[in-house]
Amino acid sequence: MAQVRALVITGYGTNCEMEMAYACRRAGAMCDIVHISDIISGTYAISDYHFLNLAGGFLDGDDLGSAQVESVRLKHARIKNTGKTLFEELLSFIEKGMLILGVCNGFQALVKTGLLPGNPFGRRRVSLTFNDSAKFEDRWVRLSINENSPCIFTRTMDHIFLPVRHGEGKFVCDGPETLEEIQAMNLDALYYADKAYMPTMEYPENPNGSVQAIAGICDNTGRIFGLMPHPEAFAHATNHPSWTRMETLPTQGEGMVFFDNAVKFLRGIL
Amino acid sequence: MPYRLEVGLKPGLFDARGERTKRQILHAFPNLPADLQIVSLDVYTIEADDFPYELLSEAFCDPVIQNMTINEPLTLDFDWYIEIGFKPGVTDNVGHSAGYALRLITGRDHPVYSARAYLIRGTLTRAAATAIAEECLANGLIQYSRIIDPQELSAIKPYIPVVSLDSTPRVEDLSLELSNSILAQLSQERTLALTVDELKTISAYLRDPAIQQHRSTVGLGAKITDVELECLAQTWSEHCKHKIFNAEIDYEENGSHEKIVSLFKSYIQKSTAEIREKAGDDDLCVSVFTDNAGVIRFNDEYNLVFKVETHNSPSALDPYGGALTGIVGVNRDPFGTGIGSKLIFNTDVFCFADPYFSEKLPPKILHPIRIFEGVREGVEHGGNKSGIPTVNGCIVFDNRYLGKPLVYCGTAGIMPAIINGKPSHEKTILPGDLIVMSGGRIGKDGIHGATFSSEEFHEASPTSAVQIGDPITQKKLTDFLLRARDKDLYRAITDNGAGGLSSSVGEMAQLSGGCRIELDKPPLKYQGLSPWEILLSEAQERMTLAVPSERIEEFVELSRQMDVESTVIGEFTDTGYFHCTYGESTVAYLGLDFLHAGLAPMRLSARWEDISQPDPPTPVPDDHNTMLARLLARLNICSKEYVIRQYDHEVQGGSVIKPLVGVSCDGPSDAAVIRPLLDSAQGVVVSNGIIPRYSDIDTYHMTACALDEALRNYICVGGDPEHWACLDNFCWCDPVTSEKNPDGAYKLAQLVRANKALYFYTKAYNCPLISGKDSMKNDYVGPDTKISIPPTILVSVIGRMDDVTKAVSMDIKKPGSHLYLLGITKKELGASEYFAEHGIVGSSIPKVDADTAMMRYQKLHTAIMDSRVKAAHDMSDGGLAVSLAEMAFAGGCGIRIELGAVQTEGSLLDTEILYSESPSRIVIEVSKEHAADIERLFGGDARRIGETTTDKNMVVFGQDATILIDQDLDTLMKAWKEPLDL
Repeated sequence: MAQVRALVITGYGTNCEMEMAYACRRAGAMCDIVHISDIISGTYAISDYHFLNLAGGFLDGDDLGSAQVESVRLKHARIKNTGKTLFEELLSFIEKGMLILGVCNGFQALVKTGLLPGNPFGRRRVSLTFNDSAKFEDRWVRLSINENSPCIFTRTMDHIFLPVRHGEGKFVCDGPETLEEIQAMNLDALYYADKAYMPTMEYPENPNGSVQAIAGICDNTGRIFGLMPHPEAFAHATNHPSWTRMETLPTQGEGMVFFDNAVKFLRGIL
Repeated sequence: MPYRLEVGLKPGLFDARGERTKRQILHAFPNLPADLQIVSLDVYTIEADDFPYELLSEAFCDPVIQNMTINEPLTLDFDWYIEIGFKPGVTDNVGHSAGYALRLITGRDHPVYSARAYLIRGTLTRAAATAIAEECLANGLIQYSRIIDPQELSAIKPYIPVVSLDSTPRVEDLSLELSNSILAQLSQERTLALTVDELKTISAYLRDPAIQQHRSTVGLGAKITDVELECLAQTWSEHCKHKIFNAEIDYEENGSHEKIVSLFKSYIQKSTAEIREKAGDDDLCVSVFTDNAGVIRFNDEYNLVFKVETHNSPSALDPYGGALTGIVGVNRDPFGTGIGSKLIFNTDVFCFADPYFSEKLPPKILHPIRIFEGVREGVEHGGNKSGIPTVNGCIVFDNRYLGKPLVYCGTAGIMPAIINGKPSHEKTILPGDLIVMSGGRIGKDGIHGATFSSEEFHEASPTSAVQIGDPITQKKLTDFLLRARDKDLYRAITDNGAGGLSSSVGEMAQLSGGCRIELDKPPLKYQGLSPWEILLSEAQERMTLAVPSERIEEFVELSRQMDVESTVIGEFTDTGYFHCTYGESTVAYLGLDFLHAGLAPMRLSARWEDISQPDPPTPVPDDHNTMLARLLARLNICSKEYVIRQYDHEVQGGSVIKPLVGVSCDGPSDAAVIRPLLDSAQGVVVSNGIIPRYSDIDTYHMTACALDEALRNYICVGGDPEHWACLDNFCWCDPVTSEKNPDGAYKLAQLVRANKALYFYTKAYNCPLISGKDSMKNDYVGPDTKISIPPTILVSVIGRMDDVTKAVSMDIKKPGSHLYLLGITKKELGASEYFAEHGIVGSSIPKVDADTAMMRYQKLHTAIMDSRVKAAHDMSDGGLAVSLAEMAFAGGCGIRIELGAVQTEGSLLDTEILYSESPSRIVIEVSKEHAADIERLFGGDARRIGETTTDKNMVVFGQDATILIDQDLDTLMKAWKEPLDL
């Protein structure tokens, strides 16, 4: 069986690299945590991997808006030995049919760089802005899954329970056409949901006021996926906020499904 | 001309920040019209003039949601424009990131200054708009504000807060051969916080012919340089030297006298030494009291590092910056312990005055709501952005914190016990090792922080003592240094906190036997700083390292690659001298012995008297339903969810027991459990105890109760009582008698008693103190008011549990379980929340019986490890009634309680059983099938006081079987949740 090679990029304010790598390894991939300066210096190459993870954090402090500076870095910082920008490197990675998962700040980076929803790559068509509450909040939310979505990561699931931990997670589009396109192509893979797992606009079940309750989107191949909730924060059963109420403890956290799906898909194509 | 950019949301989008600002404004000015509209804008000023719009837009504008204009207003549709930006020299993190973004695009450096603007729509006078700006939005110490009408805005000029110091760096020679009054004046004028006696110790040193001869070899004379004097003042400050804790004290109690030589040595250090000796091979302490933080064993391969600090004085001046600096500052303590640890969690405990305080504020004091919100946000940004989960904490309210809020911030780290074949908790430095400063640059930030915090807060307190932390610079620094550590690129590390380089290098120099610092080498934020300022600056995000010369190249190269500035600023020596040069000249040359041990201990008097008034008859309420709701709504008891949710408590992925638990994730957890090693089931348990109200009666029992509270919280979640350690953090009011502080001897006696209790009870619980901190001058002195905080101790406990899947939370799990109360309830309502609700203090302070409590805790731990306990919750503020209500509504499950079953000392009124705060008591929920096991294990110490029910009510029967409380859980929870839902 082919070894799936996962990469978690860190540095400049990324915070969730450890648990992201833990989830990748638990799913059966080998995984390196690589500082972005090591990619720019040419010590590590994105092209050596199959599964790229952009983890949560506060890149550059989110000081000009979440992941705003990261989008500038991806488009302008050049890799030493090849002279290519990180963005160009990502495009070749995508072209090869590999997977990208962006969580929270990583999702914000994908969106601000125009890798999600794509069509075309590089143009920013949606954004993630301040929660309607204007507060950073750490809370667990119910999520329902768009079963018609091409998303690789959410296959075989219809709902999931995960924590959100952000101040800028409100999903917005640059206009009604973009939203219609996203919905028509089922790129809206994940919704904030109520107790009956129906998409909801009610706070706090929808923690930020995202349009159409959208919590995560993919590109039209389903291989690039970004979401505000943290699947890597529920890799272990004891991450569940009320696991002490369970009669028996599951062997792993629900968030592992995304990583299991990714590794399974890659094993199928490698 | 420089660019001035305005960036704002596109029309039609909801302006969440504007709405939140509006709520804050209306909270501060309730008489303003509620239909006021606030629109928020970001403003950037850039010192450049040749950028195309597209370039600036890419860096500063999100085209999906924002519009941007250059050198013209986005709109003139408003009544007032208020711009808030930083004054020159104040850390501007957004501006810093903006400059970085421009550098990525252009490859050039362009200074960028950020500001926030608010457009106000509504009928307001200029005076009202000014009041909003000055009293609600800006902090005049660090920020400017401009209030502008639409006409003026069209012609607005960019404001560039650039630092221009017209002073040239210079070194001043000072004679200390002066009269006492002139010496006192010198100390005050320079914020030295040195006493006349201390200054005379220095002048005696300078008169020593041998010293004079040594000084002449480096070109210094009999006068002291300002660099030396400032350095001594820092090193000898109360903040750094803990003079009160090391003083010789004459303690008087009931007419008998006791001589105490150093509270620290006699009680704190002694307790730990005795516990360690008793433990022998099982000693879990690895490094105590010697480094920036305490180190204990976690398992055979890893050690835990823990430290809690306070940042009170800066938080009084600038709550946001003070608290932000507090949290990122304490991060550097475990990070700078041994050769450095990876940070795994933060804790925070705040003490504030009532956020709804409505009386007139004394001069220079910010309203408690501004302190609350500023501190909350500072810790939010510091913790969240650094990626360290804030897992445990609490907030205490008392109006005596009006003058100085207390901001306790704690951080723990983990490190492999052995790194590169060497014990990681040890630092070594060899003569010839280079002194390297890594991280941020030096400015005037925080100069005199250490001496300032060693004084009371007064109207003329210096504003240069304020700094603002920069979590991202620090994150880059810690990413870099952990890697350098693992590559063995340095030998020792410590942080730059209070006292800056004078303190960090001064302490490290003891390891090699001397140092030589070149004060013209450290990189500066702006020119014009004098050598003494460079030495003392408390500019943030800097670590000092000892790098062997053969590793320096690799160290600097890795640093450069990871975007961190590192500079060689001198070398460690074995000359015995703390030597500083500036250019060609020596500007300081002090014997290390004199610097660190030249100060004679203070001599102080302490006199204890019991001033408490006997309890009045216990007031009995007409209706306990109402009384319980009132207690649940008290600020010290009510839900802190508003704050907790804004702190990331799960980052790093190891969260096991969160601060909010229960069926709806909103019950108050007793303690936190995390898994620092994701592939291991071993957990770290952390808890805290703090109960300053009890100081009104006796600090001895206050301290005992704070420790007991921390320990029983720890036990409740499943922490192992064989593997725990604790930290003490004293925040006191001035205990040194003087003209303006006539009751110093009593306050010092309170301090002595707290130490006696700490010694006795840490030993009784076999829980070693591993580190701590004291902050002794928490008083506010205004023109006609003096406010002293109640003596406050925070005890923070850290320890281990072997298997986190055995952890227990406090919420009731299911109907049909038995509820047991462990421990005895006494008539102990002195200084309780119940008495406070009636305006009573009384004297019946809760007292800890450590021997029985320890047996109880050990048994409970056994029961939890045997999975016999479904829920456990400790009794604290508000007593049994409050704790039971919390368990019930957190679990969404009814309970039925019979007070007649409670074990009491003598006969107590129902009211007393419900609200007494007797310590060491815990309620546990036990399945019926395990009842016999529990009863066998605990014997008479566990009393079955009730059961869980299928309805959603809390029902309590009195001793005569009448119903005292019958309330639905939603009502109770609502009462508990409302007060701080800001």
